[in-house]
Amino acid sequence: MINIFKKKKYITLPPPKPPEAGGAAPSVPEGVWVKCAHCKKAVYKKNLDAFRICPFCGGYFRMNARERVAITADENTFSEFGWNIECKNPIGFPDYEKKLANERQKTGESDAVVAGTCEICGIKTVLCVMDSNFIMGSLGTVEGERLARSFDCAGANGLPVVVFTASGGARMQEGIMSLMQMAKVSAAVGEHGAKRLFYASVLTNPTTGGVTASFAMQGDVILAEPKALVGFAGPRVIEQTIGQSLPEGFQSAEFLLEHGFVDHIAGRREMKAALGSLLRMHGGGKGCCQ
Amino acid sequence: MRAIDRVKAARRQDRPGAAEFIGAVFDGFIELHGDRVFGDDKAVIGGVAFLDCRPVTVIGIQKGKTVDENIGRNFGMPHPEGYRKALRLMRQAEKFGRPVVTFINTPGAYCGIGAEERGQGEAIARNILEMLRIDTPIVAVVVGEGGSGGALALAAADEVWMLENAVYYISSPESFSAILWKTAAKSEQAAEVMRLTSGDLLELGVIERVISEAENASGPADFQGCFDALKATLAEKLRELEERRNAGELLAKRRERFAGF
Ligand SMILES: [Zn+2]
Repeated sequence: MINIFKKKKYITLPPPKPPEAGGAAPSVPEGVWVKCAHCKKAVYKKNLDAFRICPFCGGYFRMNARERVAITADENTFSEFGWNIECKNPIGFPDYEKKLANERQKTGESDAVVAGTCEICGIKTVLCVMDSNFIMGSLGTVEGERLARSFDCAGANGLPVVVFTASGGARMQEGIMSLMQMAKVSAAVGEHGAKRLFYASVLTNPTTGGVTASFAMQGDVILAEPKALVGFAGPRVIEQTIGQSLPEGFQSAEFLLEHGFVDHIAGRREMKAALGSLLRMHGGGKGCCQ
Repeated sequence: MRAIDRVKAARRQDRPGAAEFIGAVFDGFIELHGDRVFGDDKAVIGGVAFLDCRPVTVIGIQKGKTVDENIGRNFGMPHPEGYRKALRLMRQAEKFGRPVVTFINTPGAYCGIGAEERGQGEAIARNILEMLRIDTPIVAVVVGEGGSGGALALAAADEVWMLENAVYYISSPESFSAILWKTAAKSEQAAEVMRLTSGDLLELGVIERVISEAENASGPADFQGCFDALKATLAEKLRELEERRNAGELLAKRRERFAGF
């Protein structure tokens, strides 16, 4: 397989010296270095390519929705749905509007889901990506509406759907209405599926709570990124409930594969090709021998 | 009554649970066991019973009345096999053309190692998805606590009803407070803002009907009025929903119900 995204190796000037662990390095401009959550090493930002993989340990950096779209959709094919969906602060939670305004400023996104049509390996697809940077990618009324409309739109146009999940679960500030989104999106997933159209969910780190307990687990095929944390209850909640620490690898993508809840784990560089093959096998493009 | 007082009332040990409601509202309940995959979850009871001489599939999440029983029933916190048993029984109901009534009383789905190993998230997700496609009338009644996804897994229904002092929420007020305000001590305040009471949820359109309770009701005897009201209104509602199914409009209406949220 030819990987068109593979970064060419070329000689660069040596990066500035990384900051000492724990120590301040006032001479280094802020934002040049990022710390790997896996090996804790400081990585020169420019050494992270579009896949955002640690050059030292191969661990994955978190990815925002736009970055995910960029490595998933064929170049210049992503066309975002222009729905302007307003959050009505459904339970009138104090200061929620302010919180939303801050998050919008911080992320540049209106909510935690980016959705649109695109081509993946030449196959027209509705693509939804959750962004864990926006209030932990939690599921609120706007996110639920964007996802449900995406499935409806795919259904109306005979298109498959790919959803990348990344979520801390429910949007607490929207109370019971957050819970209702699980059913609202599920209803749309069900209707799309009743038309015999294909839905692939891709579980990325972290996927928990109400998202796991609804559309994340409803894909015809469920893919996951290596080592992604996926579960219903968060690990800390379980530890508090049972009063013991959890075994290594508990709730990892590999754990889910072993227990039968994930079809296939694909690395970040391989995910697009895996999706392309699956889309083709489920009626996308010109057929199976394309 | 303050919201937190309703939470306390909903959690009262002497409040009738799913089993009492099934026993009082239906006749000849036969319990059916097992998920056909892993085991039989005693936190979920289900089977077939008669309402007005017509067969109905009834399912409930059941807390225990004593410490021993609570350990057996895991304090009404189902494992994945409980949800899978419920789904098996709902599919059976669809096959034989009988309606489904669920009774919900749970702090939430269980959080533990085995629950995750056997796919708690998958089990709830599947129930919600399948319930929205099962072409037979489904009415859910929250009789005590309606704890989050663990309750929704039996409440993706044509109508959701609540007892007056039952509560239905995204998380317990204690953990809501802990998550948003980093302390469990503000649960009273959380209960107020969460809109978890039957009155609030009726106003929000999350539920269709509130069953009035007697003032300071405690033991099952105080709930006779609720049992009678349910018996009368359930039979009527199920007939109406069966007509809707016969007209081929049941699933579209059920979807519409949730699409509005
Ligand atoms: Zn690393």
